[in-house]
Amino acid sequence: MDQPGTYLHWGVIQISVANLIVIGLMLLVFVLALVLPFPGRRR
Amino acid sequence: MTTEERMWTARLRNRATRALPPDQLLPDRQPAYVASWIYVFGVATLAALLVVLVSGGILALEGPQWYHGSPQGHFVNSLHLWSVELFFFTMVIHLWGKFFMAAWRGHRAMTWVTGAIAFLGSIGTAFTGYLVQSNFDSQWISTQAKDGLNSVGVGAWFNVLNYGQMLLFHVVLFPLVLGFLVIWHVLLVRRRGVVPPFADEAAAATPVPQAPQGEEVAS
Repeated sequence: MDQPGTYLHWGVIQISVANLIVIGLMLLVFVLALVLPFPGRRR
Repeated sequence: MTTEERMWTARLRNRATRALPPDQLLPDRQPAYVASWIYVFGVATLAALLVVLVSGGILALEGPQWYHGSPQGHFVNSLHLWSVELFFFTMVIHLWGKFFMAAWRGHRAMTWVTGAIAFLGSIGTAFTGYLVQSNFDSQWISTQAKDGLNSVGVGAWFNVLNYGQMLLFHVVLFPLVLGFLVIWHVLLVRRRGVVPPFADEAAAATPVPQAPQGEEVAS
């Protein structure tokens, strides 16, 4: 916590690894929400 | 129209109950398509917001000496931060889900607009929260942000170096605006209903035979 974060650079884009991980997790949860069956759902 | 019916209280009550009958405001059942994980993130956002408000209220009651200098204060301070993280996490997934569902369909444009403005308002509220941490992090953020806000001409009214103003923005002004937007958004969701998936919309558009007035439809 007392050390500066690690940043990735790609042209004009600069993002911290921590923020990139959070975005990746959001994408993962979004995809899981679309594909995982909802408990108790009957069709 | 009688005198009583002309009173503003009666007109407001009648208008409110017409727009949102109690069984529509708090329904017992939802359409079958709501049984999907993607429909969970709106209410998850609301649940996280509730924790944000309660933990923020405790922080305001106890003050900075407590939340910077005691284990219990550190815990509630962290609870406030992590509930905000969860709030944004679930809100972004809710936004993605509604965007790809084109959730503004079926006279739901205002629901979409209030949600989008609430999202932007949440960023402002969280930003002022970072400014009032009363540590070096908040000093760094404020000195970095001032140039951006000055460059768009709002620095005179939104002075990030003014700690008192930022604190009042964070604990009074922005939560009031955000609270109003969220309540408006939820009431609109209740009024228009949860947006159906594209496949179910076509089925919902099929006209259902209506019984003449005074007769009941056999179930």
